[in-house]
Amino acid sequence: MALNGMQIYKLLPRKNCKECGFPTCLAFAMKLAQGGTEAEKCPYMSDEAKAQLAEATAPPMKTVKFGANDTEYTLGGETVLFRHEKTFVNRPRFAIMFSDIMAQEEIEKKINNINTINYTRINEEMYVEIAAFRCESQDKDKFISLIKKVTESCPKVVPMIITESPEIAEAAVGICADKGPILFGANEQNYEAMADLAKENKLLLGVTADGKENLYTLVQKLQNTGYKELLLDAGSRNLKGAFDDMVNIRRTALLSGDRTFGYPAVAFVCDMSQDKMMQLACASLFIEKYASIIVLSDMDYSMALPLFALRQNIFTDPQRPMRIEQGIYKVGSADEESPLLVTVDFALTYFIVSGEVERSKVPSWILIPDAGGYSVLTAWAAGKFNAKSIAKAVKEFEVENKVKTRELIIPGKVAVLKSDIEDELPGWKVTVGTEEAAALPNFLKKYKAKEAAS
Amino acid sequence: MAYKMPTQKYSGKILEVNVGSDLKLGGESVLPFYSFDGDIGNKPAIGMEIWDIFPESWPAGVLDVFKEVADEPVKWAKHCVEKYNPDFICIKFEGASPDGLNKSVEECAEVAKRLAENVSVPLVIAGCPNNEKNAKLFTKIAESLPNKNYVFLSAVESNYKEVAAAVGLAYGNVVAAESSVDLNLAKQLNILITQLGVKPDKMVMNPGCAAVGYGFEYAVTTMDRIRLAALEQNDATLQMPMILPVSFESWKVKESVVSEEEIPEWGPQEERGIAMEISTAVGVLAAGANAVILRHPRSVEVVRNFITEMTE
Ligand code: B12
Ligand code: SF4
Repeated sequence: MALNGMQIYKLLPRKNCKECGFPTCLAFAMKLAQGGTEAEKCPYMSDEAKAQLAEATAPPMKTVKFGANDTEYTLGGETVLFRHEKTFVNRPRFAIMFSDIMAQEEIEKKINNINTINYTRINEEMYVEIAAFRCESQDKDKFISLIKKVTESCPKVVPMIITESPEIAEAAVGICADKGPILFGANEQNYEAMADLAKENKLLLGVTADGKENLYTLVQKLQNTGYKELLLDAGSRNLKGAFDDMVNIRRTALLSGDRTFGYPAVAFVCDMSQDKMMQLACASLFIEKYASIIVLSDMDYSMALPLFALRQNIFTDPQRPMRIEQGIYKVGSADEESPLLVTVDFALTYFIVSGEVERSKVPSWILIPDAGGYSVLTAWAAGKFNAKSIAKAVKEFEVENKVKTRELIIPGKVAVLKSDIEDELPGWKVTVGTEEAAALPNFLKKYKAKEAAS
Repeated sequence: MAYKMPTQKYSGKILEVNVGSDLKLGGESVLPFYSFDGDIGNKPAIGMEIWDIFPESWPAGVLDVFKEVADEPVKWAKHCVEKYNPDFICIKFEGASPDGLNKSVEECAEVAKRLAENVSVPLVIAGCPNNEKNAKLFTKIAESLPNKNYVFLSAVESNYKEVAAAVGLAYGNVVAAESSVDLNLAKQLNILITQLGVKPDKMVMNPGCAAVGYGFEYAVTTMDRIRLAALEQNDATLQMPMILPVSFESWKVKESVVSEEEIPEWGPQEERGIAMEISTAVGVLAAGANAVILRHPRSVEVVRNFITEMTE
């Protein structure tokens, strides 16, 4: 819990030496309590006092890491329950569940799916980040060979080792420690050994107990061992129970300010249903409501497309508009004969449109006027995307010097702008494009063919 | 120290609105599905979308399912009710569009009447993209189906006076107030409609919908804020249940419309459309939707399962 100025003062050396830049230790303590300076400024504070202070001034939910190098990820660190209050910071990561008693074909199928899902959406690379391995055979060698097989076939995944046996865990960590695996399975019986293993290898440690009450006491015990890189699981394996766990773990940290639950949590969606679409429904819920790792049985494109899109939306910072710089952009090796399209300066729209133009393989130009950073219809309804703003961009970015065409393709949703633009830009012809960008590749190919014919 | 679970108790409560004769929406006094905090009210309802004309523009993934029945709205609606058991049917009068078939309001009202006579679940009447035409359309349909408690989707800024006067006041149906993803706009429109004399429990709202990936965060945040204002601040102007036409958005986007031939690695188109619909529906349900409108039977099945598991 947060300390006040007097409580902090008691932790200080009380030398009043002024080296911190404050006239007295008390003045320093008061400022520190408000977060206006840093503890490091006092060179004489004992390590113990520093640790106590760090604890007291730490955010309510700890930020933890797993993985290594290019595949290192951050979880936790959230400060609000709703994104409009500030922003959500660390997106949940997806895991696919493997078991060492699973049939070979099933394993192959999942490996293949993991390797297939790989695409870019609005500048973000989308892929499965984690492979979870559940040791069900209790056979160390079998477990190890599964982990080896999958991590060798899927170089990008970070392993999540799931076992309650410290001995098996140690062997598993031994073969993939360099990948920064998650170690999952610290429970009432084994937590000391598991914490030692996690500490030794600096791993994120998954803690599991039956119910929130038991989890709470277990986390306290673990915190007393001094290890605090934790991932929580209150044991529910049905949707309703898991939702209760996710919401209440998060609220305990952020509303009650109780750091015992100030850690990210994992949702084992793979155990909530056998139906892939039901798993998709559960995962969608947990993206919005508070899971940091979401474990699925499998993932194909039909699941990936909505899940990654939803995650990207929910974890967009509402205070930072996704805007793209105005100007004229070249897609592919466009030359002065290439088609010219116009869209808005909302990054989401721009990336969707430019992606589709790329897919069409028709080199083109895209003109971006000042549209207030809004989507096509929003900008149009707000009076920011109209004949005037488009004509202004044509002049400002010297479009007439860059391209020979005097034809402008506009978004289908603003077909009404056609004659206005033609009035505003003498000598230009306006062509109404498709409503959705997905139809652009066909449209552009036909457009190009027609041009070549004439 | 033992664990103490935090709870959030609110002073506000979402109104309970009757739709048809025995479907009830809303009534909760906690955040969506927070049964650990208190009363979650009525289960969110699921409606299925049908059209008054053959839905040529629907992507194959969902059109194929209905192509045998979609030439006739009553046949289509009965098929849905008998096979998939939705809580309501949403009939969208796409054929009324002045840019399309421009069907007369009388003709549309005939269709609505036949549906009402032949279908056992309540109706949600949705209009075409033209708000002016919708005002006339809703007036006519409400007149021919008075006091049915059917929901009319929607009254918007430009037509609310006519729509609210006919639907909510003269003919005793339920007005859906639609605004554009903004708490203040939603509030303002609700106030304007209630000032005309429409009772708040004869209203629902559609605060603006989007598909996941397409500005969806704005929709969720608007809904979150509306629910918090209704519950935390007991803001009576925002306590109407919310209805979200998920299918109107989710079947339009690339993930649902691109064929497998075009992008082979994405796999079957139908699965993608269903998945976009489910994810969008769950996304708005978790933000407080009391009713969702869906197209595909598989989405209906999964979203119903989801709601059942979350509420029972
Ligand atoms: C998110 C959103 C907002 C956000 C803005 C986010 C942003 N940066 O744009 C906020 C909440 C701020 C907002 C505000 C408003 N909004 Co708004 N908003 C939406 C919402 C939900 C999604 C928009 C979105 O992100 N779409 C995704 C992007 C990618 O779509 P897009 O830009 O159209 O691009 C697609 C196509 O147009 C095409 N395309 C794009 N460029 C090109 C170019 C070419 C050449 C071609 C061929 C195709 C093409 O490709 C894309 C993918 O297919 C929509 C409803 C909806 N479901 O669409 C309403 C909507 C657009 N908003 C609307 C309105 C009215 C407003 C406001 C004016 C409300 C008000 N009175 O204040 C304000 C305006 C802002 C202001 N006050 O100044 C209305 C517009 C109604 C209309 N038809 O005129 C809508 C449709 C909601 C509604 N049903 O009422 N909005
Ligand atoms: S540096 Fe430390 S000891 Fe010196 S005045 Fe500042 S707080 Fe006190």
